[in-house]
Amino acid sequence: MTDVTGTNGELVTADGRPLRASLARALRRQKLQALLLVAPLFLFILVSFVLPIADMLFRSVENSIVAKVLPETTTALRSWDPQGDALPGEEVYAALYRDMLIAAKNRTATRVGQRLNYESSGFSSLFRSSARKVKRIKAGPYKPAMIKAHKKWGKLETWQVIANYNARYTPGYFYAAVDARIDTDGGVTMQDEDKRIYVNLFLRTLGLSLTITLATLVLGFPAAYLLALLPTAKSNLLLILVLLPFWTSLLVRTTAWIALLQQQGVINEFLVFLSIVGTDDRPRLIHNQVGTVIAMTHILLPFMVLPLYSVMKTIPKSYVRAAISLGAHPWRAFWAVYFPSTVPGIGAGAILVFILAIGYYITPDLVGGTSGTFISNRIALHISSSLNWGLAAALGVILLGIVLALYLLYDKIVGIDNMKLG
Amino acid sequence: MRLAAKTLLALTTAGALAALATAAPAQELVVVSWGGAYSKSQQNAYHDPYMQANPGVKIVNDDSAPEAVSKLRAMNEVKNVTWDLVDAVASDAIRLCDEGLAEPINHDEVLAPAPDGSPASKDFGAFIVSECFIPQIVYSTTFGYRKDKLATAPTSVCDVFDLKKFPGKRSLEKKPINNFEWALLCDGVAPDKIYDVMGADGGVDRALKKLDTIKDQVIWWTKGAQTPQLLADGEVVIGSTYNGRLFSVIEEEKQPIGMLWDWQVFDIDGWIIPAGTKNLEAVKKYLRYATDTQRLADQAKYISYGPTRASSAPLVGKHATLGIDMKAHMPTDPKNAKTTLLYNYEFWADNQDDFTERFEAWLAK
Amino acid sequence: MPGGARDALPDMVDEGSDVAETSSDGVAVGGAGGANDNAFVRFAEVQKSYDGISLVVKSLNLDIAKGEFLTMLGPSGSGKTTCLMMLAGFEPATYGEIYLDGQPINNVPPHKRDIGMVFQNYALFPHMTVAENLAFPLNVRRMGKAEVQERVQRALDMVQLGAFGGRRPAQLSGGQQQRVAVARALVFDPKLVLMDEPLGALDKQLREQMQYEIKHIHENLEVTVVYVTHDQSEALTMSNRIAVFNDGVIQQLAPPADLYERPDNSFVAQFIGENNKLTGTLAARNGTGCEVTLDTGESVKALAVNTGAVGERTMLSLRPERVMVDPGEGQCDTRVPGRVEELIYLGDHIRTRISVCGRDDFIVKVPNSTEHAGLAPGNDVALGWRLEDCRALDMPANE
Repeated sequence: MTDVTGTNGELVTADGRPLRASLARALRRQKLQALLLVAPLFLFILVSFVLPIADMLFRSVENSIVAKVLPETTTALRSWDPQGDALPGEEVYAALYRDMLIAAKNRTATRVGQRLNYESSGFSSLFRSSARKVKRIKAGPYKPAMIKAHKKWGKLETWQVIANYNARYTPGYFYAAVDARIDTDGGVTMQDEDKRIYVNLFLRTLGLSLTITLATLVLGFPAAYLLALLPTAKSNLLLILVLLPFWTSLLVRTTAWIALLQQQGVINEFLVFLSIVGTDDRPRLIHNQVGTVIAMTHILLPFMVLPLYSVMKTIPKSYVRAAISLGAHPWRAFWAVYFPSTVPGIGAGAILVFILAIGYYITPDLVGGTSGTFISNRIALHISSSLNWGLAAALGVILLGIVLALYLLYDKIVGIDNMKLG
Repeated sequence: MRLAAKTLLALTTAGALAALATAAPAQELVVVSWGGAYSKSQQNAYHDPYMQANPGVKIVNDDSAPEAVSKLRAMNEVKNVTWDLVDAVASDAIRLCDEGLAEPINHDEVLAPAPDGSPASKDFGAFIVSECFIPQIVYSTTFGYRKDKLATAPTSVCDVFDLKKFPGKRSLEKKPINNFEWALLCDGVAPDKIYDVMGADGGVDRALKKLDTIKDQVIWWTKGAQTPQLLADGEVVIGSTYNGRLFSVIEEEKQPIGMLWDWQVFDIDGWIIPAGTKNLEAVKKYLRYATDTQRLADQAKYISYGPTRASSAPLVGKHATLGIDMKAHMPTDPKNAKTTLLYNYEFWADNQDDFTERFEAWLAK
Repeated sequence: MPGGARDALPDMVDEGSDVAETSSDGVAVGGAGGANDNAFVRFAEVQKSYDGISLVVKSLNLDIAKGEFLTMLGPSGSGKTTCLMMLAGFEPATYGEIYLDGQPINNVPPHKRDIGMVFQNYALFPHMTVAENLAFPLNVRRMGKAEVQERVQRALDMVQLGAFGGRRPAQLSGGQQQRVAVARALVFDPKLVLMDEPLGALDKQLREQMQYEIKHIHENLEVTVVYVTHDQSEALTMSNRIAVFNDGVIQQLAPPADLYERPDNSFVAQFIGENNKLTGTLAARNGTGCEVTLDTGESVKALAVNTGAVGERTMLSLRPERVMVDPGEGQCDTRVPGRVEELIYLGDHIRTRISVCGRDDFIVKVPNSTEHAGLAPGNDVALGWRLEDCRALDMPANE
């Protein structure tokens, strides 16, 4: 074979094109095909996953409602010093009057009220009633007229809140999500002691999720080991038993746990029957952290067993046999040789269970009582009940951040290539 | 991530419903309600007779009422409202109306007058809490107790706080609303001063302090079905829930449970028309039928919630299958309604967020 | 087991070679538990069943001498690996007793048997370095740090991997992993080394090289090795003696040369090396020789090795290289005519397929010399062989 060399020393094909270009052309079709094959999935992920997350990130800082509904007021407020002890001047009240007139017409006044009510109680009714009454104000001066419409307009604190929360983007939701708030003077302070809930909830969520992960590991490891040891026909049958809970609705399984664990429930009745506990001091197994851990361990167990099983199945029997033949007691052979080989499975199972646990809310809601609920219960509450989507988004972002941080930590300690899902 | 899921859910549901709506030839009305026995009572009392009279209309049930407010918001953001009528509690209806997510209506124009000719606004009276709200039923949050597990039957709501005379676990709803009212009431606050005290400095502390006395004996519920179940299982001896739930566990399931009506808290449930519905006229026509005096009285045949029209009360008859006279089981019956509170919408709209945080922090302590 | 106890026992056998002579008659026939001073490893009446219905190993008696390299050879399912696993302690014997160094070991757990083992897939621990793998058996025995290090290095040097101690098994080639596995099985001076098809995963060239390496290690260390394989050339290359397994029974136990030259039965004759077979009926016996009438009528003289009474069927076994083409007068005891069917040129010799006595799969290896240059397909040719090269054996059941 002779090389065909072009003018500048580059290789060319028989028709004189540069080899590089010809190769690219030959591969283009292939690339296009590959692209078309992944396109539906890519679009699906974009629409169902990337966009909602981006939307959540955006909502956690977005605060345009105040400036949008009260454009003139926010502009006028710029010249006012929130740290001072004087109320804003007439021009601010006049701007407020004009903004409120439009807001009342567009039915947007209460939205601002609700937004600001998250920061300070009373804004909801302030804006609702002001929107009603503002129509009756015929002429200025507007300062006394507005204060007459609602006495809160004459309070310094009201204006401080509006001044602090009128930026288009605010870190306020994030402060709230870690039990802090923007003070009336603009600084950041911790929330009052009797209102701090989120930091504790985050810690509890992490702690319980960790407990659940450990519990699934302790219960799942021997089960997966047995499955891996058995001949395929038998292990397949048992594997179906492992998967069986998946075929029952989550709600049904959770309710079944209530029937089992409650104080008049099956387990307690049995314990009383065996005289292990007296009928008056039945242990509380549900509506607390114990209930959450038990029910969620059961629900998440398959997610631990399956990766463990798939990893264990690939570990040759000869490893342990080799270790034993080399003189190690079976226990030592297990811990020194078999167990380290299962680490990829443990890692995969633990990450899977932990991430699933951290986001659970139906089960903790039903069996967790007050001490066994998760941060996701609060997120759900803010989404569907209090409608504080900004705070919910901020909590979600923090949760996402924690998961990513743990993932990176795992990568650093164990190595993510070391994870094996199946 | 939950938010993402919710938004997605809203978007996909909206999309799916839109596809359904365009595919059907007949006029289709999507009515959102609470599901279960409640939707069934509406089906029996309103939907079925209406569809019989109007063969061109098909009423489709959607059980999304528990998430209706957040879903309506999501639909509104993408400007694709696929619901035609939504069953909502009054506080949500007020909020939806305030936000412009619900259609305001002229009650006298849209709704049928009473049989005696008096206009709808007068027949419904104070139950019209918002210009967007069409009242339907009155329900109350009240207590049920185990007759066989308590030595004496409780007669006052304050017996809930009396662990000596009425030992055992209680179940209360996991939110400040109602619980704060009862706590203050039993701490000696005059009924008409409750909200003044609660709103003043130290009011919440006072309520929480009263709740502290029973805290370790309380199982907190989040779903209406929980208390009846807890009572039936003997897990609690007394617990709060909706009166209709208690009716069914007492009368239909024949559990040894008694009703304690003292200081029941009334709330109203009704319809709102989502702003942006594509079938506004058809919905109004349906509403005129479904909220007339006879229909509201009919619903009480299937579920023990009281009709909101004054003119419906005398028409309430016997339960459709049990044959029990339903009048005695209405929360509005004079015998049951000797002492009542009405949900304070304005107060809670202002204070719910703040108080809930303090309540949750207290729970976690 | 500590080395001291082992040293205290009298050396039962000085060299593998004389063992080969004393036990060339095949399966030892000693009774169960019967003392045999030569046995270092001893299977006495061992039976094994997995399912309680059929026997995988049927009444096995086998003595292995100290320092011997014994190979268990057989097709898959013949019971050879099961025997190895029983010896290692991973499978319990269903019946019978196994002795190691004079002690019954049925109740000794595998980790106390002091037996080194090399597995087919090497079974190197993937999360440990090569050095850690080698140190494992030493650490288990609570050896001092310095000694561990020294022994590991010596073992690595022995297999020419002195510089590879810090690598992970996955970073080594198949041959290197193999060597590490061998070194690991030897590093703690076990009484006995078992190898379960250790070269199965290597390519041909590497396999041959490793065969020599293992053989040399065995010779240098004078360690007793029990080796399992289904590859006969491997067995022939390395072993002092080979036990040919089939159907749970040792068919023949003999040194490699004996096994090839003097197979006891038709299974061994066909399993080891290339074999030409002719079937017929025993016509007459005279001492060690016999006369066999082939199915096509020819009369052939053969060595009566494993035949029944006169008139019973027998199979004649002839090695291809022992068949002469156009033999000179007096060179052979039997002459038959044949016709050349096919010639395959293989450099040093020519594989010639000839139809003889009604069979067309008769192979003769003709040396590549000018003498036979005239062979061509279609030619008629005379074949001949000596009586002692033609062994009359049992008739295989499926013929």
